[in-house]
Amino acid sequence: MAATPRHAGLLALGVLAALLGLAPLALPNDYYLNVLILCCLNALAVMGLNLLMGYAGQVSLGHAAFFGLGAYVTAVVTATFGLPVAVGILAGVSASALVAWFLAQPTLKLRGHYLAMATLGFGIIVSIVFNEAVGITGGPSGFVGIPRLSLPGCAPTSDRSFYFLAAGVLWLGALMAGLIMDSRTGRALRAIHASEHAAQAMGIDIARHKRFVFVLSAVYAGLAGTLYAHHLTFVAPSSFGFNFSVQLLTMVVLGGMASTWGALAGAFFLTSLPEFLRVFEEMDILIYGGLLVMCMMFMPGGLAGLARKLACGLLGARRV
Amino acid sequence: MLSSAPQYLVSGLTVGATYGLTALGFTMIFNTTGIINFAQGEFVMLGGMLSVAFLKAHAPLPLAVLLAVSVAALAGCLMERLVIRPVGRAPAVNLVIITIGVSILMRGAVMLAWGKDTFSLPAFTSAKPLAVLGAVVRPQSLWVLSITLLILAGLKLFFSRSIHGKAMLACSCEPKAAALVGISVDRMAMLSFGLSGFLGAVGGAILAPITLTSYDVGVMLGLKGFAACILGGLGNPFGAAAGGLILGVLESFGASVASGYQDAFAFVMLLALLFLKPTGLFGAPGSDRV
Amino acid sequence: MFWRLFAALALVASMFTASQAADTLKIGAVVSVTGPAAPLGEPEKNTLEMVRDQINARGGVNGRMVELIVYDDESDVNKAVLAAERLLKKDGVCAVIGPTTSGSTLAIMNRFPAAEVPLVSMSAAEKIVNPVNPWVFKVAPSDRHAAQRILKDARGRGFKKIAILTVSDGFGQAGREVLKELIPAGGFELAADEVYGPKDTDMTPQLTKIKDLAPDAVICWGTNPGPAVVARNRADLGLSIPLYMSHGVASKKFIELAGPAAEGIMLPAGDLIVADQLPEGDSRKALLTGYARQYQQTFKSDVSTFGGHGWDALGMVAKAVEMAGSDKPAAIRENLEKITGFPGVGGVFSFSAANHDGLDENAFEMVVVQGGDWKILK
Repeated sequence: MAATPRHAGLLALGVLAALLGLAPLALPNDYYLNVLILCCLNALAVMGLNLLMGYAGQVSLGHAAFFGLGAYVTAVVTATFGLPVAVGILAGVSASALVAWFLAQPTLKLRGHYLAMATLGFGIIVSIVFNEAVGITGGPSGFVGIPRLSLPGCAPTSDRSFYFLAAGVLWLGALMAGLIMDSRTGRALRAIHASEHAAQAMGIDIARHKRFVFVLSAVYAGLAGTLYAHHLTFVAPSSFGFNFSVQLLTMVVLGGMASTWGALAGAFFLTSLPEFLRVFEEMDILIYGGLLVMCMMFMPGGLAGLARKLACGLLGARRV
Repeated sequence: MLSSAPQYLVSGLTVGATYGLTALGFTMIFNTTGIINFAQGEFVMLGGMLSVAFLKAHAPLPLAVLLAVSVAALAGCLMERLVIRPVGRAPAVNLVIITIGVSILMRGAVMLAWGKDTFSLPAFTSAKPLAVLGAVVRPQSLWVLSITLLILAGLKLFFSRSIHGKAMLACSCEPKAAALVGISVDRMAMLSFGLSGFLGAVGGAILAPITLTSYDVGVMLGLKGFAACILGGLGNPFGAAAGGLILGVLESFGASVASGYQDAFAFVMLLALLFLKPTGLFGAPGSDRV
Repeated sequence: MFWRLFAALALVASMFTASQAADTLKIGAVVSVTGPAAPLGEPEKNTLEMVRDQINARGGVNGRMVELIVYDDESDVNKAVLAAERLLKKDGVCAVIGPTTSGSTLAIMNRFPAAEVPLVSMSAAEKIVNPVNPWVFKVAPSDRHAAQRILKDARGRGFKKIAILTVSDGFGQAGREVLKELIPAGGFELAADEVYGPKDTDMTPQLTKIKDLAPDAVICWGTNPGPAVVARNRADLGLSIPLYMSHGVASKKFIELAGPAAEGIMLPAGDLIVADQLPEGDSRKALLTGYARQYQQTFKSDVSTFGGHGWDALGMVAKAVEMAGSDKPAAIRENLEKITGFPGVGGVFSFSAANHDGLDENAFEMVVVQGGDWKILK
């Protein structure tokens, strides 16, 4: 790859900013801004999940729960209790982080499929609670009347301004992910992924690092959830269930685990796919399943891996 | 509530039998290949849905059910051959994702073929419900329990007497040694998938007359089957069956107390077990080679 | 990465070449064609298309053809919200019909005053029109009227203790609230208040609990498949307590799913399903039998009261456009409020500025399942 990873990272961030900024110009009408907003929010959640799965090698099949927690907590804080939106967002993100922190302790001791099942079970329990706690969440019919986003100094009134806000948050998220991965913590995480026992032998505190990345991924998902709630002004439990967790998982896998760029590409592609293939909307469940299987069998590196191979091929570099 | 305890017990055992059969399927594959097959729940769904489909194609009920479980067993074999075997010794994460992908594909295929509707399967016999010890027992419940017991007995014989059964046990102990004595580990793997498909489908077909069936019943049934598996101790077939029955009964009593949250019981229990005693009620403590 | 860009460019290109339809009347619809509410939504979609074809065959409305844009919300509230956004922002419709379920309607309602487009819902919840939202109408009779009809019948039979069993979704919750208010107010005793989940497959625990309390009747409030399971469980347990259902299962699918267990179950339903049993002098009999015959011929399946909602909704939107002489959403809204005495499939509709409900409890007829079919309950 590039001789100076830091320069490559900065260049990448610059390109991302340009792409995000110019995207609205390519749209024929304002409806697609909605789609782009959803892409950005999904990408934010997927970035967090990618950190967890790709770099730390932990699997989470219940990540939709953190997204939903962020959304519902901010809904209750702002609509039921009438507090300002900024407080709501802070509460939502904190709630996700707190739950993740408590869950991390017992869960991260588990390996492989046990961990998968535990996160899956957690996701389903949270989903059931959303459905049943009708007094708080409004139950299956959903929570109506969430106030629009209005932060001190920033109150996007149109879809266009909300999009730029979401894109900005996404860009900051990518920046932070890059910074973390470049730091000592990032290297420790990659060591843990490569071999837990070797990392432990080197003196890395496994539990603490795993918990850190788990909570971080929950923060990303929770933040995305809060923005989602204030954008749609409506949330219902059915969008935070197992299906959504699988979609997030597919986006990470398709994009290529351990690649922030891959995560973004996966998220944007899969979120906008139903719009391109309206005819296939019925079959979307099949497409997700097929993608998962095909990727894992033939393209474990995902889109990012594919891009890397192409780049290597083009540059004539030898693959080590 | 105590006066109705026998009724809750009967409902619980009936549903629990299907959880047990699902859990057996998980155990079968895990024992032979070390993989947790997330698509197990879909085999259960296939049992019910395919029975309905064959019935609509004018097959008599027993033949429809037989065909359905055979097709499900075949699906299991195909899954192993086409998807699992090529991947080889992949990391657990990849296998988890692949099996999830296959389960989604199966669900999607059934949805495209027969829609999202709910379907009913006629009971195997249409006798009137019996009254036993203050509880009303449907004849179908008796079918469920007796077929499950028969299958358990059959499995015990299979593993202790037949050469294929012993070969499968050998694979689960130590695949390399099994290969050295001439057992085809690949073929045993395929057999285990086929067998677990059969078990799951039987569970689905016998329960469908009571609970109705649709394209998406597999998700919950599969997960609860896995919870039952862990409850009984992963790798222990009788633990799996027992775990299923216990889980079914717990759920039934739970529904009488808090009807909305009954589904959560299984998963709260699963989490509690995973955190506190992952080896389950009947499992042996595990050990890791560093 | 390259083919993602290519796909994006292809989309953009295809959008620009999308055919620009000539001056048609664009009416949108959000319908639950698939999913648990499909037994309600499919007849609605079929009927909407049938009525559109009839209107266009007559030359359209004010000389303009009706273009019906239908989106399937798959019985999911989130998809309903997205579909509404699409209709309002992308397709630019002048009115929206639907959604099928109360939950979805409540979720999307708030967008319509902001977009200044009228919504004519095909779902029943009272909250949709009470308090009155100037831009939101409904054509399905309220749960309140259905509940009142049931309780009127129960009073006539001398029932005193009533147990309720409701589903934990929007429709069930709305029914539960209304029943909990009307039962004590009507002088009955509420013996039990049980709940089941939309995906539950076994209600014997709840029924066992109810049996122990020995009520005179049970009212089950939900849409398929739950009530069918309740019916079967009741038969399995050998219970003979009189069972009322809500109008949510007034379709043949319920009888099909419940099988022989459906016999003797009573429910309030629109008179469409017993149209041929109506007396000859009934003013709407010809309309109802004509619709039933046409539907059966065109779609080869039984007619249901839910399809009737589609007939009423599109019929009245078309009439409002005709009365307004334009397709401006504000004008359509104004003229919807002026509709009185409109003979529809669900009943005779009369809207006003204070009443966006249109119907009352007389829209319901008590029916009982006998011999696998509906019979008017005397």
